[in-house]
Amino acid sequence: MTTTPTELTDTQTQALLLKLTVLADDEIILAHRNGEWTGHAPILEEDIALANIAQDELGHAGLYLSLAQTLGGSDPDRVAFWRGPDDYLNTRLVELPKGDWAFTMVRQFLYDTSEALWLEAATRSTYAPLAEIAAKAVREEKFHVQHTALWVERLALGTPESERRTQAALTELWPHAAQLFQPVEGEAELTASGILPDLNAVHARWSDLVTRHLVDRCGLTLPDAPATQPGRDTHTEHLAPLLEEMQRVARQHPDAEVW
Amino acid sequence: MEDSTPSPISHQLSTIWDALASVPDPEIPVVSITDMGMVRDVTVGDAGRVTVTFTPTFSGCPALHVIRDSIEQAVRDLGVTDVEVRSTLTPPWTTDWIGDDARERLRQYGIAPPAPTGEGQLIQLDAEPTRCPRCGSLNVRMTASFGPTLCKRMYVCDACKEPFEGFKSV
Repeated sequence: MTTTPTELTDTQTQALLLKLTVLADDEIILAHRNGEWTGHAPILEEDIALANIAQDELGHAGLYLSLAQTLGGSDPDRVAFWRGPDDYLNTRLVELPKGDWAFTMVRQFLYDTSEALWLEAATRSTYAPLAEIAAKAVREEKFHVQHTALWVERLALGTPESERRTQAALTELWPHAAQLFQPVEGEAELTASGILPDLNAVHARWSDLVTRHLVDRCGLTLPDAPATQPGRDTHTEHLAPLLEEMQRVARQHPDAEVW
Repeated sequence: MEDSTPSPISHQLSTIWDALASVPDPEIPVVSITDMGMVRDVTVGDAGRVTVTFTPTFSGCPALHVIRDSIEQAVRDLGVTDVEVRSTLTPPWTTDWIGDDARERLRQYGIAPPAPTGEGQLIQLDAEPTRCPRCGSLNVRMTASFGPTLCKRMYVCDACKEPFEGFKSV
């Protein structure tokens, strides 16, 4: 590709900084929730799988925050460990407690499919540093999608108990999933410049993909989702205790060189 | 096409590449970081500064800082004082860069080498075909789609009954 380097205006830079932060926040919080299964997953292989997935998501957060730093953002460790619940901009979808195995797998499936499709579109960003990150991360994300799609299918078509739990998880999570497709302030201009993917187009592709899998293949029922959602600055009561645990070591040892 | 009198720079470059070829992958010591295709570029500047550019295998790889330090040390051990190690994401690392020789060493080590990546679809639920590294059978089952490191998954061979690790095709 031989596009000329995109020069960002100040407004574009601020909007892109915000977008990179919300992307990273979702990855960090979901990775922490998945990390809570370490030592507790149903079988050892899944313990390892979920830890792998969490590690990938943290890797993606590192890529986003490193790029944000070049645009004037803070050091990635400071962003992750020194912001409180009022400053985190993750979706409520990812901060809900880990629940049972069905809840964790359905959430991961909804998230992975949205991330994979967004990244795939972002590989065509006119802003080369973002296109490079997307090209890297999408290769990793496809393994997550394979894994969680299979788990949702296995649970939905398994026993009456596993089916009941999977449907219950979907019923609880579905209203929160649309929040993944809420644009940040200034995103429309970045989309118009080809810097960010068209979020509505990604949303449409995602809806089609997850409906085919969850409804057609797995026999699950999609509940109604509310038309409007509060923004990413509105959290449940579950985020504060999560951050308290996640950030405890970093805050107790602010001078440590390696966590 | 060897020049009869190699310039100092090209001589130095091949020496540096040789040194990097002896840096093992921290998680799979039977192959080196050059076998894995992680070293993308080596340059020697006018003032003798050596710049090595490498690319991570997986973005969340916990061994990245080890690899970075190992690269710097390997070049310093040649007597170079000014070393810069850069990382790049472009083009993204692919298992297609693992050479035939390294694939054979992986197999002998008990790790099924990665299949060619091809132009796979983004969303595919079936894994690539894998052969048992011990008996060569294709009669294998994946037992876990993630393994002890980010780049591998777990299998068992139904022909010789051995469990083994296989490289993901990335």
